Amino acid sequence: MKEARAFIDREYKYGFVTDVEADTAPRGLNEDIIRFISKKKNEPKFMLERRLNAYRRWLQMEEPRWQNVHYPPIDYQDIIYYSAPKPAKDGPKNLEDVDQEILKTYEKLGIPLDEQKRLAGVAVDAVFDSVSVATTFKETLAKAGVIFCPFSEAVEEHQDLVRKYLGSVVPYADNFYATLNSAVFSDGSFCYIPKGVRCPLELSTYFRINTADTGQFERTLIIADEGSYVSYLEGCTAPIRDKNQLHAAVVELIALKGAQIKYSTIQNWYAGDKNGKGGIYNFVTKRGKCVGDHSKISWTQVETGSAITWKYPSVILQGDHTIGEFYSVALTNHYQQADTGTKMIHIGKNTRSTVISKGIAAAHGRNTYRGLIRALPNAAHAKNYTQCDSLLLGDRCSANTFPYIEVKNKTASVEHEASTSKISEDQLFYCKQRGISAENAVSMIVNGFCKEVFKNLPMEFAVEATKLLGVSLEGSVG
Amino acid sequence: MLEICDLHVNVDGNEILKGIDLKISKGEVHAIMGPNGSGKSTLARAVAGHPDYEVTQGQVIYQGKNLLDMEAEVRAREGVFLAFQYPVEIPGVTNAYFLRAALNEWRANRSLEELDAADFLELLKEKMKLVGMDPAFGNRAVNAGFSGGEKKRNEILQMLVLEPKLAVLDETDSGLDIDALKTVASGVNHLRAPERSILIVTHYQRILNYITPDFVHVLVGGRIVKSGGKDLAFRLEEKGYDWVREPASAGEMES
Repeated sequence: MKEARAFIDREYKYGFVTDVEADTAPRGLNEDIIRFISKKKNEPKFMLERRLNAYRRWLQMEEPRWQNVHYPPIDYQDIIYYSAPKPAKDGPKNLEDVDQEILKTYEKLGIPLDEQKRLAGVAVDAVFDSVSVATTFKETLAKAGVIFCPFSEAVEEHQDLVRKYLGSVVPYADNFYATLNSAVFSDGSFCYIPKGVRCPLELSTYFRINTADTGQFERTLIIADEGSYVSYLEGCTAPIRDKNQLHAAVVELIALKGAQIKYSTIQNWYAGDKNGKGGIYNFVTKRGKCVGDHSKISWTQVETGSAITWKYPSVILQGDHTIGEFYSVALTNHYQQADTGTKMIHIGKNTRSTVISKGIAAAHGRNTYRGLIRALPNAAHAKNYTQCDSLLLGDRCSANTFPYIEVKNKTASVEHEASTSKISEDQLFYCKQRGISAENAVSMIVNGFCKEVFKNLPMEFAVEATKLLGVSLEGSVG
Repeated sequence: MLEICDLHVNVDGNEILKGIDLKISKGEVHAIMGPNGSGKSTLARAVAGHPDYEVTQGQVIYQGKNLLDMEAEVRAREGVFLAFQYPVEIPGVTNAYFLRAALNEWRANRSLEELDAADFLELLKEKMKLVGMDPAFGNRAVNAGFSGGEKKRNEILQMLVLEPKLAVLDETDSGLDIDALKTVASGVNHLRAPERSILIVTHYQRILNYITPDFVHVLVGGRIVKSGGKDLAFRLEEKGYDWVREPASAGEMES
């Protein structure tokens, strides 16, 4: 595509490193490290037990190899499992206690934590390496009875809820990375929406990996009690580093009767350079459970970053008349690889699920959709609609689709549509003949391709996502 | 407006145009006629700057500037418009969005302010009326699922919105029924103006019943073999291309 050389390889905008003093665990993993993390967090005994159980289980597990991605073996003893900016002994109680350098970091990322400067309507929990450094709008939320706090704080203050729901959707022995996370997770966000409450703000967690060689293992738990509603946003960035860094998070969502959870992600971890050096390994387990009848869980993800993405945000449709949705845009440029999709497990009657996946591959990018639709014997009249589209830029990239369908109930119906298209030289010339540069033409076509997914994002995020795609695609054709 | 001197163009290493000379002044309408494979469309695409059409010799001066030095999008913004023989589909991008993006590029080039969505839609509606297009087409993806006739109308619509200085129509009349042909012709006639030049590339004389050209050129084997007034088109219609082809091949043998 010689005609599209107008693209400039712009540097990853969030690749800077913040210079803060950090409280860091020694490299490697053993029971002492786990005890160290648990102690740092002042955890009750049941948490430590849980971690140790997970760790012992993990030692017997094999790293999965079935995914359509390639990378050299990870040395799990060469990772730092805990790093917290000082002073973090008790965790900062308010913004005044947060290191100025960290506040500046979030300013630079476009996430000012100062409530005065925040756009109204979004509460933020900022997670820096292994700890939550600030949570905004706590008072406004408290008035509505909403709990939104760092996970470690929830373990101390809302132990009953944590005990009841932690691991109820993703058990500690679920899979290799989730089990590792269960052993070493350090922080993340906790959120509880009480019965009948419509959360007055968008809740948002902003994840930032800063320290070199650190793995980030956050844990997010969201519980929407009967008849409640919450919209939750998640954003991620990391500095540019030559070495790969591991990010293995676990997110659990629980929707009780009539509750609705909308979970949106914009994942922009450092993707590695254009030759495939460095970048984040984003190996994440995200799952929601529609426990109560008439509940609904909706995942929307825009995955533009990471060297490798491996994630399948899923919904277990346990209650009757429950709804699961998955809207995804995954972009792989340069040497990025993504194996992503969803699992919709229909258990209850009249359960419905919708899957819209848009994969974009450019340069040497490798993009795989992998999805499972399963209807169990009791899932009478379960319905699924899946649409899976791939867009290719250039001829060195690849797109694959692996749909798995298992239907055990005769009244269930499953629909799958798939398409693959390519931005052609003729399309680019047509746009150019109308005065539109190749760069703008590509981003216009890609945004058009993603429209169905973007419309599910909250307004502010949709604008962000559009811009991000433009930047991520630069240098993609040439 | 446009001066083409000794233009040679290769496609995939084969020489298709073998020395074209053509001068189009402001306000003139020229028609290029010729049999299939004579190089008519090659001329249109080379003028527009298609990357597959390699100019090996000659020059093209447009408004005093060297057109061949400009990227395709720069040529467009400078007022060169090509109505495509086979307009491509762009799924996911609406006609209105696409055309507004294009118009704003043209406007930016003339240091005019961007047109906002509301003002643009007003303009679009007005122009759609001229080519008999349903306003609903504004919200449909560019050419996606359009019939052949609708695609051609859409090209004319874009031309009316962008108001080029030099419009090149590449077999816009092919595959149109008589009603569509009349609409397309009236769109082109609407644009006819003293400051604008139009180049119509066509196989058939039919469209020239509705758009009267000032000059007609016959292209055979990559060369213009005959030029004349509008009457030339009628004579071609009557006698067929063989009438001009014979002396051309004779000429070739001589050289």
